[in-house]
Amino acid sequence: MKEKKKDNKDKLAGNGKQVQLKGIPAAPGIAIGTAHVFGTENVLPTSREITEAGIPAEISRFKDALAKTRKDILAIEKKISREMGVEHGKIFSAHLLVLEDSVLVKEVITRLSKKKKNIESVFAEVLDKYVGVLAEAKDEYLRDRIADITDVGKRILRNLTGIEERSMESLDEKSIIIAYDLSPSDTAMMHKGRVLGFATDIGGRTSHTAIMAKSLEIPAVVGLESITDAVKNGDRVILDGLHGVVIVNPSGKLVEKYEKEKKKYEALEKGLIEIRSLPSETLDGKKVGVAGNIELPEDVASVVSHGAEGIGLYRTEYFYMNRKDLPSEEEQFNAYKSVAQRIKPQSVVVRTLDLGGDKFLSQLDVPREMNPFLGWRAIRFCLARPDIFKSQLRAIMRASVYGNLKMMYPMISGVTEFRQANELLEDVKKELRKEGKPFNEDIEVGAMIEVPSAAITSNILAKEADFFSIGTNDLIQYSLAVDRVNEKIAYLYEPTHPAVLELVRMVIQNGHNEGIPVAMCGEMAGDISLTLILMGLGLDEFSTSPIAVPEIKKIVRSVNYFDAREIAEKALKFNTGREILEFSRAKLLEMVPDLAEDLA
Amino acid sequence: MTARREVVVKNRTGLHARPAAVFVQLANKFESDIMIEKDDQKVNGKSIMGILMLAAERGARIVVEAVGEDAEQAVNELSEVLSQEIELDIA
Repeated sequence: MKEKKKDNKDKLAGNGKQVQLKGIPAAPGIAIGTAHVFGTENVLPTSREITEAGIPAEISRFKDALAKTRKDILAIEKKISREMGVEHGKIFSAHLLVLEDSVLVKEVITRLSKKKKNIESVFAEVLDKYVGVLAEAKDEYLRDRIADITDVGKRILRNLTGIEERSMESLDEKSIIIAYDLSPSDTAMMHKGRVLGFATDIGGRTSHTAIMAKSLEIPAVVGLESITDAVKNGDRVILDGLHGVVIVNPSGKLVEKYEKEKKKYEALEKGLIEIRSLPSETLDGKKVGVAGNIELPEDVASVVSHGAEGIGLYRTEYFYMNRKDLPSEEEQFNAYKSVAQRIKPQSVVVRTLDLGGDKFLSQLDVPREMNPFLGWRAIRFCLARPDIFKSQLRAIMRASVYGNLKMMYPMISGVTEFRQANELLEDVKKELRKEGKPFNEDIEVGAMIEVPSAAITSNILAKEADFFSIGTNDLIQYSLAVDRVNEKIAYLYEPTHPAVLELVRMVIQNGHNEGIPVAMCGEMAGDISLTLILMGLGLDEFSTSPIAVPEIKKIVRSVNYFDAREIAEKALKFNTGREILEFSRAKLLEMVPDLAEDLA
Repeated sequence: MTARREVVVKNRTGLHARPAAVFVQLANKFESDIMIEKDDQKVNGKSIMGILMLAAERGARIVVEAVGEDAEQAVNELSEVLSQEIELDIA
């Protein structure tokens, strides 16, 4: 293997030709600069025989090295926790566990007594064995842990042999680091000022190196396979951490192109950071909420980093996916509680189980249907299976005391269903009171408006619901009778169809007549060409995927509510969806010209 | 005293680095010897290397066994960790 690599090297490097390699994007951004090839660290110890009498001395050297390594790791952990946050320091807590692993230590000592070889080589052999097993693992996440284990292993070997640690501190100019692999320790020692970016042969999306690069905000590409063969010290390199591409010895024209890309990306980032902490309100002072949609508790971080104000849709189907059993109340409670705590004091709207349609479940034995989207799904399914539904309601209610938690029912077709769901909720409240379990008695319960019959009777629903959230994907497909997965008729799926906009207008007005807020959480909420119209119709909150949040916020902050109202009024007078869309886009370009490129 | 229980791993990432670290740290707090078993592989529950070797993914059935004074409590608390849907932080 080693020999073969050398062959490649002769072929690839040194001829100054342009070479482009594709890897895995690990941290976003673009870097253009000089390569600094970071050699593989050679700590492979030489093997030497020892006598029976020499064994205790080897063991005591081993124990000393372990003690010294422990000290080193604790010092790094402290430094990283201070500079990069406790989250990253924890990587090194896991390293300590490897170091203190009783099984590993015992195995080394047993092997030492048996083989009678110096402790360095025995230790290296044992470590190799474990790495070998992990390298065979099917799971990428598990394979990525090899880096952690070898990182600790190398530290121990260094302390046994006295070889000094390679260091980024010695970099004297700004460089792009090229390496076979970088350990978490290597990455932790990188300085944003000196390291422009880095590229490695191995590594995956979930390696610590990738995770740390992201938080250091250094562009990185991993898993390039042969980057160390293709580059030599001093080569000019373009590293595109957005697309996972590295170009060695690029042409002047290419450099120019990437300089432009780099500027564009940095301007975008800067804008995002600026707008993140600014309130979402119009020039004339009307608050228009911009919230994020999430699926997993981990997604909260992205909601916060994109400057969303709370979570307008927390989907709960993932609990039921890819498993054979049903999720327990406790499991759901823990997730809701964690989200509520993390987003506090802002609110999170939990949508109760929305199964069926295109989301099937293996464990629930739901029969196949001819028309699943018009079938036994969402609230219809939940009302028929109170055992499953109540366990979710209990979990939501119990979590409601940990933050600002609200809930809504999907696929409500009329007030009867809303009442039936609320009856079950009342049962749950009674149970919890009896058990002495605390919950928020005044929790807000809303209805999703995604069935045309609910939109048309929203004046009735508004008297009983605490808020509305318009689910546009289904509302459009049901109102226009268009299955948008069907390519032959996909052109009919038109969010700006006058019928759709009329329903949206009606829902907002009916909600406001009863004094309840109206949000929108479907894809339409994230489509910037429609933002002005929706604002003008009086929508109180947009909830979109976190990525779309900054742009929507930017539009909100760039216009007067008064003007948006006028635009919406005019838009509703057109006869076709196409005219409405064109009008709306033209108005957006006129009022927020910065967004021209994103609209294209 | 010996206590045994079969548990389904519910951590989203299976019993891998972080969850495994939580498990090992907890296991080491007990006097009892802790073993975990998957298929026909049996490893020391106080060893992170051992646990990583099991490569127990989400949904895997594993047996937690404790032998010693606090066996009962150990099995209770350790099974609880395995049934957590969310990754716990290392204490």
